[in-house]
Amino acid sequence: MESRQLIDRRHLDFVLDEVLGVDDLCRYARFAEHSRETFGAALSLAQQIALDKFLPHNRKSDLNEPHMVDGKVVLIAEIGEAVAAFCEAGFSAVLADAGRGGMQLPFVVAAAADGMFCSANAATIAYPTLARAAANLLEVYASEEQKRLYMQPILEGRYFGTMCLSEPQAGSSLADLKTTASPRDDGSYAISGAKMWISAGDHELGENIVHLVLARIEGAPAGVRGISLFIVPRWRVNADGSRGARNDVTLAGLNHKMGQRGSVNTFLKFGESGDCAGYLVGTAHQGLAQMFHMMNEERIGVGLSAIQQAAIGYQYSLDYARERRQGRHPDQKDPSTPALALIEHADVRRMLLQQKCYVEGGQMLAYDAALLVDRQHDPDDSVRRDSAALLELLTPIVKAWLSDYALRANDLAIQIFGGYGYTRDYPVEQCYRDNRINPIHEGTNGIQALDLLGRKALMHDGAALKILAARIAASCAEAAAIAELAPLSRQLGQALVLVRDTTQAVAARLGQGEVRLALANAGHYLHLLGHVVVAWGWLRMAVTAQRALAAGNADSAFYQGKVQACRHFFAAELPQVELAAKLVASAEASAYDMRDSWF
Amino acid sequence: MKILVGYKRVVDYNVRIQVKPDGSGVVTEGVKLSANPFDEIALEEALRLREKGIATDVVVATIGPADCQAHLRNGLAMGANRAIHVVTSEAIQPLTAARTLLKLIEKEQPDLVILGKQAIDDDCNQTGQMLAALWNRPQATFASKVEISGSTAKVTREVDAGLETIEIDLPAVITTDLRLNEPRFTKLPDIMKAKSKPLESIPLESLGVESGDSLKTTAYAAPPKRSKGVMVKDVAELVALLKTKGLV
Repeated sequence: MESRQLIDRRHLDFVLDEVLGVDDLCRYARFAEHSRETFGAALSLAQQIALDKFLPHNRKSDLNEPHMVDGKVVLIAEIGEAVAAFCEAGFSAVLADAGRGGMQLPFVVAAAADGMFCSANAATIAYPTLARAAANLLEVYASEEQKRLYMQPILEGRYFGTMCLSEPQAGSSLADLKTTASPRDDGSYAISGAKMWISAGDHELGENIVHLVLARIEGAPAGVRGISLFIVPRWRVNADGSRGARNDVTLAGLNHKMGQRGSVNTFLKFGESGDCAGYLVGTAHQGLAQMFHMMNEERIGVGLSAIQQAAIGYQYSLDYARERRQGRHPDQKDPSTPALALIEHADVRRMLLQQKCYVEGGQMLAYDAALLVDRQHDPDDSVRRDSAALLELLTPIVKAWLSDYALRANDLAIQIFGGYGYTRDYPVEQCYRDNRINPIHEGTNGIQALDLLGRKALMHDGAALKILAARIAASCAEAAAIAELAPLSRQLGQALVLVRDTTQAVAARLGQGEVRLALANAGHYLHLLGHVVVAWGWLRMAVTAQRALAAGNADSAFYQGKVQACRHFFAAELPQVELAAKLVASAEASAYDMRDSWF
Repeated sequence: MKILVGYKRVVDYNVRIQVKPDGSGVVTEGVKLSANPFDEIALEEALRLREKGIATDVVVATIGPADCQAHLRNGLAMGANRAIHVVTSEAIQPLTAARTLLKLIEKEQPDLVILGKQAIDDDCNQTGQMLAALWNRPQATFASKVEISGSTAKVTREVDAGLETIEIDLPAVITTDLRLNEPRFTKLPDIMKAKSKPLESIPLESLGVESGDSLKTTAYAAPPKRSKGVMVKDVAELVALLKTKGLV
């Protein structure tokens, strides 16, 4: 299969240009130097590097896991070459200010560029994007001196970075973390502790690795309020920026994962010899808030990465379904007739269309949320405020719905390949394995559901949900004016009422103090609201497509595909919200009441 | 030294070409367009000559519709100093292209013209040769190695028998083969810099080029599907079959 078609650029351009109109961002001062042309050129460059440098070693790095030799991590050479191409092209600094050598691209365009690398090779892209996330955090909270020593080299692609949160005994539960920081005479801290699940924790890709470590300063309050953020470099850095002595950070072991095997996952020990230097970022005890400042964007990144891996699985299975010939129609018994292409079978088309619905609808949601990040540059106060509230609300959905449904899409892709899909001779089993981490990391999907129902949906008297409802209603009104879409518009309007009633039922139960029971079905609530926002995205895509068709656009098959997928989502997926709503609103308690001893 | 580089926009080499249902052409709506790969090699070679201090000025030129500007900006982002856009909404044939490029040569007075040996849309492989003849200057086609010293170029050519090395006087036309070099990736900051580089638009009709388009396209059609093969049990059967089909 031609590799370039593994990335559906036409759909990406459709969502960004035709549906979301991201070139509207160019009226903001921050993006004034940009145009649709520069966005397009940046995306084309990402596509080219993703396909030429990242995709070709995706399988090889799966088969050749990182390993340790003399305490050092050994990676296949292609990972280094791909990361170097990424950095040399300037993608490390894609969001950074022009004054720091950055491209100053909008978040939504940078996310779309990242997405192509995720499709091509989710494991390798982890190295430079983790580094960039560390740089983004330093940009907000670090001192100028710290930026010069630790952030600028990341932007230049010389240093890499990690996020060190989890410990062996404290994964999702950060309140229990034990790593300590003791003040030293020179103003730095001595860090002591162990960190688990650290992606890209050790490697030789760059000159240095900047670990961002959460730790407790001696005597700090217990729980999350006593956590501070530290810069802990692998190699100490002298005042002139040159590399100093090795810091006391040791690679204690590697974790052997189901997928994304090319991205090394480490167990690190800090201060085993009592000499691990750490440097406080910002003020003490603010570590968690600082880390979470970046979490919205990170979680959009997780959702997008998941759906991009679903997207490539969809393309693989679509291509296979067009090539592979098997069987005949149920009413066609004559064995002398030629076998049909898989795509001729109704059930295979269903599996393809279901993938298309999840993938393209999921991408739409991810880009829509990413665009809200850029709205923080809008001159209008109320736009900034509403966008921020909406982003808060949508973030757990982007993270959890996309990572859940991306896996379902990969599952369908394997099914279309049949027995071949279950073998390692075809790429779809790796898509699934690589993608399986996404419902787990950066806050499990269970935690996302609690965040959505326990905080976001009800915060400020449900203000964010009201903003969302108003926007969905506006889209429904637009669709209602188009005859082909009017029934879908009504259906989404009804689903919106369901969301409102269900949320109110939960609020009432919480008001009665039944917190645990009220939140017990939070996962179903996320499914409910997730399906409603994805249906909203599909309706907007269908409106744009229907208008293009009415205008006689020559690319009619493309637009018809959008309208048809929208119809399918509304027919086969959206009705599922009724069950979810019922379970949540009635606080259905069969799982909640189940007891340990009954299992 | 100034180098003029031909930089044509074509349907991307990875797109599965589809013929329009009415046979009037191939589908280009919603299809990714990009630089002709041979022309990217031409530009890369020119940039390398500039980096070696041999050339000072690299000008990319294209002949195409108004929306070719973004395409030329890509060439500028890759490193060209300037761009010239000869604007026409009509698809033109090699002789017209060569006559148009000659006008640009008269205007720019380059010391070297580097073109792709062919464009992957029509695969003509004619423009470079025609241009050299019209310009009355030497040509070195299918180049896989180029060395410039003073006013001559030593060019290794890929020919049927293997490699052939010739020396030509400059100014001259060189056309590139695939193995000449591997084009670089653009850098993001250069995309921004390209916005302020000079891009000159010239309407084709203002150049006074006499059209050389003499081929008429009657219809486009997809090549016939390969029919199913047959298995033969031995060489004897194969030979017999070839004979009955009149193939040997």
